[in-house]
Amino acid sequence: MNLLNIFQAVPMPYYLILSALLFSTGVLGVLLRRNAIIMFMSIELMLNSVNLLLVAFSTYHNDPGGQVFVFFIMAVAAAEVAVGLAILVTIYRNLQSVDIDELKSLKW
Amino acid sequence: MITTYLFLFLSALALFCGLMTIFSRNPIHSVIYLIGCFFSRAGHYLLLNAQFLAVVHIIVYAGAIMVLFLFTLMLMNLNEETEKHKPAIARLAAVIASGLLLLVLVASLKQTVLPAAPEFQDKSIGLIKNLGKVLLDQYLFPFEFASILLLSAMIGAVLLAKKDPINSTRS
Repeated sequence: MNLLNIFQAVPMPYYLILSALLFSTGVLGVLLRRNAIIMFMSIELMLNSVNLLLVAFSTYHNDPGGQVFVFFIMAVAAAEVAVGLAILVTIYRNLQSVDIDELKSLKW
Repeated sequence: MITTYLFLFLSALALFCGLMTIFSRNPIHSVIYLIGCFFSRAGHYLLLNAQFLAVVHIIVYAGAIMVLFLFTLMLMNLNEETEKHKPAIARLAAVIASGLLLLVLVASLKQTVLPAAPEFQDKSIGLIKNLGKVLLDQYLFPFEFASILLLSAMIGAVLLAKKDPINSTRS
């Protein structure tokens, strides 16, 4: 089983298309749902599709810099999720719901 | 040959799990599908010779972040369908908007000319030995900053989620 030379089996444009598909899945989730937690998960999907593309390019160019970058993105995503969920818990405590359409105080 | 099939299988799994994450009505099911999505991406990383990142991805996402999501869902008692649908016109607009985004992305990616891949593929750049050298040599400063970022995120999360004494007496 030769898994080592991936780009002879799977051309790079496939990864580009796959990442675009996964990214627009995330965008669809953000636009479609009203539950703030599921919107959060969709944002994670988008972050991850970018990660996948970075790893693909890193392997394509033999450059470990891309993988280090993905490592940093993971650290930032973990921090973002922790703070975001804390904000959601606070919202839930005040409104008894996480429905995004009820948070319209800033809307005229 | 088997690599292509693995790629196609993992891609289909990732897309299916991603779509089910969005469309399932029960938030707990969404989280479980999202875990499947993360595992298929870890498979993609393994396929791309990024072994360290595959392991870290499973630990961080499927281990830490998903537990956080599940914990929050349990805390809010959202384990059944309580969400109201958006109006049909908003849903149609959402589908059209993301479809257009996909169209633009794919159209622009089709035009890009990629540089030729180097013939020699270094199979060991994804190993912890090489990645650690790069991380602590070239990227030492951002690495230290990441620790400060995590510390501040921890403090911020604790401060935000702590019960506010003024609010609790008022309500």
